[in-house]
Amino acid sequence: MDWSALAVSLQLATLTCLLLLPVGLWLGRALAVARFRGRALCEALVALPLVMPPTVLGFYLMLSFGIDAPFGALWQRFTGSGLNFTFTGILLASLVVNLPFAVQPIQRAFENVPANLREAAWCSGMSPWRTLLRIELPLVWPGLVSAMALTFAHTLGEFGVILMVGGSIEGETRTLAISIYDRVQAFDERGASTMSAMLLLISLVTIGVVYGMARRGRGLRV
Amino acid sequence: MFKLLRGVLLTMLCLPTFAHAGVPTVAAASDLQFALSELAERFQAEQGLEVRLNFGSSGNFRRQIAQGAPFELYLSADEAYVEALHQEGRTEDAGVRYAIGRLVWLQRTGRGDLPTEDDPMAGLEEALAALRDGRGRLRIALANPEHAPYGVAAQQALEHAGLWDEMQPLKILGENVSQAAQFALSADARGGLVAYSLALAGPLQERGEHLLIPDSWHAPLYQRMALIRGASETARAFYAYLQDDEAREILARYGFALPDASSAEEP
Repeated sequence: MDWSALAVSLQLATLTCLLLLPVGLWLGRALAVARFRGRALCEALVALPLVMPPTVLGFYLMLSFGIDAPFGALWQRFTGSGLNFTFTGILLASLVVNLPFAVQPIQRAFENVPANLREAAWCSGMSPWRTLLRIELPLVWPGLVSAMALTFAHTLGEFGVILMVGGSIEGETRTLAISIYDRVQAFDERGASTMSAMLLLISLVTIGVVYGMARRGRGLRV
Repeated sequence: MFKLLRGVLLTMLCLPTFAHAGVPTVAAASDLQFALSELAERFQAEQGLEVRLNFGSSGNFRRQIAQGAPFELYLSADEAYVEALHQEGRTEDAGVRYAIGRLVWLQRTGRGDLPTEDDPMAGLEEALAALRDGRGRLRIALANPEHAPYGVAAQQALEHAGLWDEMQPLKILGENVSQAAQFALSADARGGLVAYSLALAGPLQERGEHLLIPDSWHAPLYQRMALIRGASETARAFYAYLQDDEAREILARYGFALPDASSAEEP
């Protein structure tokens, strides 16, 4: 059992969730509620990681993270270190890959909030922020929860992108999924199946707990 | 309508099988990517026979063949895999050693001074000095020594140079030697230890420069091939062609050392 890989995976999944929560909320609500030009294009861009093969996506991320590429050079200038083969690098990659998993469920939830409910709240003098907190969030709560559960579980299992930008460094970029693959390659089926069982268990527990919360949350009154 | 659809679907499903009927599939290690493609083209030009090439990790192929995957010829970068399949009765015989792999230091063109023969690890030492002085971290790429033959050789060479422990903070691992080469040429790496046959190939020749690592620094990378039981005539002809002088010359041009004919027998 590769404990350091498990730790890296859990950190990566947790941070990805925390960072994508505000992004998902903002983008999901904007795509559901706001009417602006280029919305269809935005939706398509968000969904792009779903159709791109992860290794291909990872390859292009690796190129753009390089210290000779504009983005990588800019990053280097401000932080003093490159992005490829670092935990920060796989975290950024993971944010890109998980964008659709975080945004889409939240967008669907916001689409189901009747527009006249929002308008009624505004008419009764509630500020847009207060409306969001008091009226909308309680209604979209299940969507939020499932977005986070999907993102967490998907990050745990993410392989191709991490393989391309990570470089399999122990304790930094070697995630559980990469470690399992290495065990299989090394003909260590036992090690691989122990870790796979662990991965399966964590994913099941995560999704189970989260959906259980969501079920109770549906009766939530703020 | 449904019938028409079903007809179209069935036709589509059958097309690839018709197109490749009687074309044997060859499983080959990824360090052969460029050499074997040229060999297959020549073989087709000379004998009018076609083979389909599948490149990947030798270990993966070993596993797939053990489970009855329909390959007819197996070229491994690690002869132990061929021996294992032979023991399991999957191959026709013990096979033949067809090449000896060589290890090179590979770096991006313009990445800095190319190490010289007196000190093949100069690039690595430079990266280590930079790390000590806090001048950034340029990585060193190799294939994963846990399962890639070239990774094992790279680790042995680094141990021979007495740098293995010290280079750990710089180490990045490719899943196979091709990926290690890709990592070695990335902007964040000082270089890497990869297969000579990849460094010599067209696409990499423009982007990188290389230096041979002395072959006394690691155990020899004996590569062995064998026919899988029940191989077709075409596969047999290709197997024979690969042992011809012409084919051996091409392998040599791609940076493989050639085993002398006597070592081609039982290991």
